Amino acid sequence: MMNGFFTRLGALVKKEFTQLLRDRSSLLIGVVLPIMLIFIIGYGISLDVKKVPTAVVLQDTSPTAQDMVSFMNGSDYFEPRYVTSMREAVRLMDARQADAIVVVPPRFTQQLYQQRGQVQLILYGVDSVTATMIKGYVESGLMQWQQWMSLLAAADMGSVTVVSRIWFNEANTSTWYFIPGIIVLIMSLVGIFLTSLVMAREWERGTLEAIFVTPVRVLELALAKVAPYFCVAMLGFGLCLASAYYIFGVPVRGSLWIIILSSMLYLLVALSIGLTISALTKNQFLACQVSIIVSIMPVMMLTGLLFDLRSVPEWISAIGYVLPPTYYMQLLKTLFLAGDNWGLIVKNNLILLGYAILFMALAFKVTRKRLD
Amino acid sequence: MEKDFAVVAEGLTRTFNDAAAHKKIYALRDVSLKIAQGRMTALIGPDGAGKTTFLRMCCGLLRPDAGSLLVLGRDVVRCAQEIQSRISYMPQKFGLYEDLSVQENMNLYADLHGIAADVRQKRFARLLRMTGLAPFTDRLAGKLSGGMKQKLGLACTLVRSPELLLLDEPTVGVDPLSRRELWEILQELVKSEGLTVVVSTAYMDEAELCDSVIVVHEGAVLTQSAPQALRNLAAGRCFRLQPPTGVPTRILQACLLDDKQRVLDAVPEGGVVRFIASDESELRDLDVYKYFAGLILTRVEPRLEDAFMLLLRERSGDKFNNESFPIDYRSGFSVGTDVDIEVRDLVKRFGDFTAVDNTSFNVRRGEIFGLLGPNGAGKTTTFRMLCGLLPATSGSLSVAGMDLRRARNQARANVGYVAQKFSLYGNLTVDENLHFYGGVYGLDDARLDERMRMVKEQFDLAGVGETPTEQLPGGYKQRLSMAAALLHEPKILFLDEPTSGIDPLARRTFWRQITALAASGTTIIITTHFMEEAEYCDRIMIQDQGRMLALDTPAAIRCQDGRHLPNMNEAFIAIVERARAAEKGKL
Repeated sequence: MMNGFFTRLGALVKKEFTQLLRDRSSLLIGVVLPIMLIFIIGYGISLDVKKVPTAVVLQDTSPTAQDMVSFMNGSDYFEPRYVTSMREAVRLMDARQADAIVVVPPRFTQQLYQQRGQVQLILYGVDSVTATMIKGYVESGLMQWQQWMSLLAAADMGSVTVVSRIWFNEANTSTWYFIPGIIVLIMSLVGIFLTSLVMAREWERGTLEAIFVTPVRVLELALAKVAPYFCVAMLGFGLCLASAYYIFGVPVRGSLWIIILSSMLYLLVALSIGLTISALTKNQFLACQVSIIVSIMPVMMLTGLLFDLRSVPEWISAIGYVLPPTYYMQLLKTLFLAGDNWGLIVKNNLILLGYAILFMALAFKVTRKRLD
Repeated sequence: MEKDFAVVAEGLTRTFNDAAAHKKIYALRDVSLKIAQGRMTALIGPDGAGKTTFLRMCCGLLRPDAGSLLVLGRDVVRCAQEIQSRISYMPQKFGLYEDLSVQENMNLYADLHGIAADVRQKRFARLLRMTGLAPFTDRLAGKLSGGMKQKLGLACTLVRSPELLLLDEPTVGVDPLSRRELWEILQELVKSEGLTVVVSTAYMDEAELCDSVIVVHEGAVLTQSAPQALRNLAAGRCFRLQPPTGVPTRILQACLLDDKQRVLDAVPEGGVVRFIASDESELRDLDVYKYFAGLILTRVEPRLEDAFMLLLRERSGDKFNNESFPIDYRSGFSVGTDVDIEVRDLVKRFGDFTAVDNTSFNVRRGEIFGLLGPNGAGKTTTFRMLCGLLPATSGSLSVAGMDLRRARNQARANVGYVAQKFSLYGNLTVDENLHFYGGVYGLDDARLDERMRMVKEQFDLAGVGETPTEQLPGGYKQRLSMAAALLHEPKILFLDEPTSGIDPLARRTFWRQITALAASGTTIIITTHFMEEAEYCDRIMIQDQGRMLALDTPAAIRCQDGRHLPNMNEAFIAIVERARAAEKGKL
C-alpha cells in the first residue's frame, strides 16, 4: 500500500507551500508577528520605569542637601525639576508633569548630623506598581548616597561608581526574562493557531471531501499539513533568537543545538494539538476560538511568562504544570539565562516527547477520512 | 450475479441527531437498491431526500447505521480506502483550491491518483479541450465563473477513468449553457470509456438523459426504472391549457391548482399551463371553465417531471393551503401604470470589479418582476441596492417614490424583504420573532396582534407559535420568513432566491401565494436561478456577468431571432450565446 506514498506526499506538500506563499496572512502570523512582538516587548513592555518626572523641593539649600539629591541628575531613571516652593511642586503633580515630589525640609543638614535626617517623598499613587518602583529607586538612591558618605570618610571613591551601576543595570533583565516567553508564544501561535486554522479551512470549504475519495491516506494529509508550518515556525523562531541575541543582547548561555532540538520537539506537540483541534471542530471560527483558549491564553497566564509559577496559588501552578508549554518555557529560560542544566534538559525533553507522542496519537485518532 | 452491479444496498439506514429538536432524523430509511455497471443512473428527489447522504456513504465518507452497502463488490465500511482509490466522486460543492491555478488543481489530483506523465499529457489535453478551459490554465480557480469552476471540478474528478463515477448535483446553480456543456462532456466520456455513472440531480431534463432513474423521497426509494417507463406513469393525464389574451398564465395555473380534486399539478410554461389531471373523464368539469372563456385544451406527451410530481403528490397528499390566499378570478388582471420602482444607470463596482454595469428598469405596481441569471450574474448585488442594503456606485434608485440615496428609511418602511438565507432568530419562538419584527416596523399592539393572527393563519403557522424557530423544518422556516416580511403589509416585497432548497410541492404553494399577493396589488421583485420560474413573472431581466442582457415579458424573451423557443432555458442559452458572440465580434 506504500507505493505512491512519496508522489502523493510530494504533491500535497507542494500544494501546501504554494498556498502558503500566495496567502500572505500565514507568513504574516508566522514571521512578521514574532518580530513585532519581540520589538514591542523589547522596547515597550519592560517592567522598568524610566525617566520619572520628579519635582525636587530644596527647602534646605546647603551643599550637603544638594549633593544628596544629585543622584537624580543625568540618571536614566529620573528627570528632576528643581522648584522653589511646595506649591509649585503640587501644581506640577496636578498637571501630571511630576510623578513624585522629593522634599528636603529646612534645617535638614542640621538634623542629619543629629541622626534625625528626614526626606519627604510624595508619590502619584494612581498606578501603584509604578509608585512602588519609584519609591524603591529613591530609597536606593539615598541609601547609595549614605554609603558614599560613609565611604568618603575612608576616601575610597572608585568603588562607589561600581556599586551604583550594579544596582541600576539589574532592572534590565525583565527584557531577558521575557524573550524566552515570546518564543514559546510564537511556537504555540504558529503550531496550534495557524495549523488548526488552515486545516479547519479545508474542512469548511469542502476541499477535503473531494481529496478523501482518492488514494490519499490520512497520514499523508497530516504530514503535508505539518511540514510547511514546521518550517514557518522554525523561521519565526530563528528570527526571534537572532533579534534577542543581537539586538537585546540576551545571553545564550546554554548550547544552541539543545535549544533548537527542544524547540522542534515542542513544535511537534503544538502542531499535533493544532491538527486535533481542527479535526474536532471542522470550522474555522471555532478552531480559532479553541486554539486561542488552549494556546495563547495559557501560555501568557499559566506557564510562567507573566507570573512566576512559584508565586501563584498552588492550584493555579498545578494547572500550569499540566501544560506542555510550561516545560518548554523552563527549558528556554534556563538555557538562555543560566546554561546547560542537564538534569532539567533531560527531564523536560522527556516530558515534551511524551506529550508529542500523546497528541500525535490523538490527532490520528480523531482525523478520519469521514464526514460524520 | 452481484458482479454486474456497481452498487448494491440492502436495508441501508442512516440517522442524524438533531440536537435542537432532541430527536433523530432519518436521512435514509431501509433503502435497498442495485445500480448496474456500465450505465448512467440518475438519483432524483427533492432537497433533503437523502441523495447526498447516499452518495457519501457509497464513498465511505459516512457510515451506515444499519444495513449493508457494497460498492464494486466491496463493503464500504471495511474496504473504504480501496473503494476510495478506485472510484471518483464530485461533491455538490467541489472544493477547488481557489488560490491554486487551473493547472495546479489538475496536477494535484493527477499526482494523488498516481498518473504517469505521458498518460497525463493526453488526458489533460482532452479534458481541457472538452471543458473549454485550455486558454485559462494559469488562471486561479477562485477567479473562474461558477460554470467554469464546476467544469474544472469535473475535470479534476476525471483525471483518470474511474471504475465508478459519483456526481452529486454537478449542475446546481450553474447557468443553462454551462449545464448543457457539462452534460455533453459527461455523455462523451460515458460513450468513449464505458463509465459507470451515478448522478444526483434536481433537473428532470438531465435525468431523462440517463439509462435508469431512482426516485428518492424522505429517505426512501419510491421507484427505480428507465425514464421511459417512469414517464408512462403520467401517460394520458397530461394536458396543456392556453389562456385567452389578457389573462396571465400564472392566474390560470393558480386557478387549476385550486381545483384540488381534479388537478394534481399545474405549471406555467411557454405561454400555456401544463397540468396533470387526476381523471381524464372529469376534464369538462374543471373550475377554470367557470371563470374563463376561450380556453384551448390540448393533450401533451408525459415528461419525467410529470411522473415525478405525480409520485410526490401521491406520497405527500395535499400540501396546498390555498384557501387563505383567495384570488378573485373574475376580476381583471392587468398591471397598472403607476411606477413603484425606478432604476436608472445603476452601477456597482467593488474595486476594479464591476458587479452591476449600467442597468435601468422600472417596476409597476402589482407587477411580478424577476431577476434571472446564474450564480455570480449580479442578481443579489442589484437586489441589495434596491433594498438600500448596499450603496450604489452611481445611478439613481427610487422605491415607492422615495429616493434611496436620500430617504433610505422611509423607503424601507414600504418594503418587505426575505433574505436568501433564513435570517430570523433561531432561539426565539415563532411568536417572539413575529413580535420583534412587528416592533421593528412600528406596529402598535392591537394592530400587531391582529396581523400576527392573520399571517400565522395564511402561512399555516398556527400550531407552532411556541416553537423555537431553529427546530422548524425547512418549509416552515421559509413560510415564517414570508410571514415576518408581510407583517406590516408592505407595498413592495423583495424575495431573494426564495425557492432554492425547498421541494417542488412547496415551490408550487409558494408561487400560488405570490400570485395572490400580486393580484391584490403588492409589487413583487424576485430573484431565482430556476429559469422556468420566469414564467410566473410579468417581466424579467436576465443578467450575466453584471450586464443586463434582456428585459422584457417572458413571451417576448422566448422569441429570439424570430424563433419561438419552447422554454426559458433555451431562451437563456440563445441570449447568452448571442451576447458572447457579439463580444467576440467586438474584439
